[in-house]
Amino acid sequence: MMAKAKTTSETQGGPQPAILVENAVKRYGDFEAVKGVSFSVAAGEIFGLLGPNGAGKSTLIRMMTTLIPLTSGRAVVAGYDVAKDPDAVRRMIGVIPQALTSDPDLTIEENLSIYAKLYSVPRAQRTKNIQEVLEAVDLVKWRGAQVKTLSGGMRRRVEIARGLVHNPSIFFLDEPTTGLDPVSRIAVYEMLDKLRRTRHLTMLLTTHYMEEADKLCDRIAIVDHGTLVALGTPIELKHSVPGANVIEVHFDRETPEWRARLEALDGVTSVQAESAGFYRVLTSMGSKTTTQLVELAASLGETLTSLSVQNTTLDDVFVHYTGRQLRDELVKPPVFSLPPRPGAQP
Amino acid sequence: MSRMLAIIEREMRKFFRSPTLMIMSLMMPILQLVIMGNAFGGKIVGARVAVVDYDHGPQAVKLRESFDAIAANIKTFKTIEYSDEVQAREDVRTGRIDAAIVIPAQYSRRVYSQNAPQLGLVVDNSDQFTSGSLESEMQSLVAALTTPEIQPRLANSIALEIVELYPYVNYMKFLLPLTIALAMYISVMIGGGMLYIDDKARGVHEGYLVTPITRLELVFGMNIAGSIKAVLAGISLTVIGSLMAGLGVIFHPEALAELICLIIVTSIAFNGMMFLLMVRVDDPLVPRAMFGVLNTLLLYPSGGMYPISAFPRWLRAISVIDPFTYCVHGFKAILLKDGGFAAIQYDLWFLLIFGVGTLLIATPLFKRTL
Repeated sequence: MMAKAKTTSETQGGPQPAILVENAVKRYGDFEAVKGVSFSVAAGEIFGLLGPNGAGKSTLIRMMTTLIPLTSGRAVVAGYDVAKDPDAVRRMIGVIPQALTSDPDLTIEENLSIYAKLYSVPRAQRTKNIQEVLEAVDLVKWRGAQVKTLSGGMRRRVEIARGLVHNPSIFFLDEPTTGLDPVSRIAVYEMLDKLRRTRHLTMLLTTHYMEEADKLCDRIAIVDHGTLVALGTPIELKHSVPGANVIEVHFDRETPEWRARLEALDGVTSVQAESAGFYRVLTSMGSKTTTQLVELAASLGETLTSLSVQNTTLDDVFVHYTGRQLRDELVKPPVFSLPPRPGAQP
Repeated sequence: MSRMLAIIEREMRKFFRSPTLMIMSLMMPILQLVIMGNAFGGKIVGARVAVVDYDHGPQAVKLRESFDAIAANIKTFKTIEYSDEVQAREDVRTGRIDAAIVIPAQYSRRVYSQNAPQLGLVVDNSDQFTSGSLESEMQSLVAALTTPEIQPRLANSIALEIVELYPYVNYMKFLLPLTIALAMYISVMIGGGMLYIDDKARGVHEGYLVTPITRLELVFGMNIAGSIKAVLAGISLTVIGSLMAGLGVIFHPEALAELICLIIVTSIAFNGMMFLLMVRVDDPLVPRAMFGVLNTLLLYPSGGMYPISAFPRWLRAISVIDPFTYCVHGFKAILLKDGGFAAIQYDLWFLLIFGVGTLLIATPLFKRTL
């Protein structure tokens, strides 16, 4: 086995991070999927990677889990360089990819047993580990059921058990709740929280669900267009967005003057038009702005259909840093577009 | 080693958990054997032959009596009276009848005067098998009629004595080697090709790649599992097919050992070939599109249905590198000829070298990353 790689913090005398990514770059031909991303994850931390579709989150996870090589830069996981000693990294990590990787024709126990063998877990330890992870994900009584007969939520729990069967110290989860109903999603997140506490795991996960990332993650990195656009604790990120409150206001009719009138109110830092007559107003003085807004509508004889005031959420942070464009359109340009008709107006 | 065994275990559990797949990969070749074995090699019975008699003389009557004897005994054809040769020809063309025989006027007189008597036979040569059988039957009949009633004391023509080395080989027996090869190919195609690509597409493969399993362990695990499945298919088909075709050779221990050796090296060769073809494929549609053509490309040049010596040179070149050729030759040598190890040693060596060679080429092409 190769010697552990020295990280920057280690050379500076600090504690060694569980995951360290330095200037990671991934290119596919001319397309740069990840552009010099750097961050570190401390041992025992739950770290969230957020970003729109095609932002580069999965590519980052795949580089850290040795599934794809880095074009340049460095990633050190559990003290081992992923490029120089991938096998040592693989022994230390558990990975739950986006796709369901458990074999649907085999039973839960058979799946776990085969993966334990792939990690060379000794026979006696194997039986004990399987029992423990089945208890952890609450699937003991289903151990003999074929995976294809399980519900989506149960299959996700099998995936989690599979990733933990060799007692890894670092757990990577790529969108572990995608496609699940809200109840199953909450169950999975509660399970992850419990696992962190009982097994002292370091977790790195990607998700689209901001509320859950807010509750679960110690720190969050927002990735967009292959770069890291924000990094911090959920509270730090919320404070980084101008405006402490969000007012959602719906007028019964749309007039072009509303945006300018709202921007002129005290404390307003940003106004986003959501749909006809519906605006999201970010303000640093929630109550004062609300009072002024109601008075303004009354003086103009306009009717408010609805009005709500709330604190800044991770959704606001996400939108603030990544914008509101649909990324699928940007990531995949059309293969063919019709030429303009002769004489047509541009 | 334990990681390689884990891959084999997973593949075998999947295989035995899918009885439909097992039955289909065995039943289809058996069905093919039954249908093809009975469809080929049969004799023509009950063909309709028009007789247009312009002679009505004693020799014409003798000829028609011979036709009646055929219709009553071996039943190759039955005759239908026609008065018009043009109508008979038209009916052969339109398929109402299979052939027409024309007895010209003055036929009997020409026979008696030994003045080049002739009979006319109109056949539909778009169906070569039927027309060939009727031609052959008529030739035999004419030869019998031409034979002098009093034979010379010393034969003045050359006789050819044919010695057949083996008992009569019907089509069921003849096609059995090809059917066993086909069953093993189908097993490799499904178990080694399609399932491998489907696993890749479903993400099951990704699950393996994040474990510490090495490239060699993964490649060998998948190929050994594929070979075991092909061996099981080969043994099952050899036993079932031999019993159906009435071949008792499988009860001889030496022949059984030869068969098992041939089945094992054939499995290695087929798996190696399939893995080399699939090693860089990701799209599940590719193997499905490929296998139909590959089937034809490998099966027909093998000599299992038609002799290789009858092929054009380019097709013979394909049969030289086609593993089916050696597999079919080996099975024929054991099942039909009981030739012993000496008769199959070249086949065994070729298949083994082919299998190991293709695996050696495929292994470095196998990507350990996505």
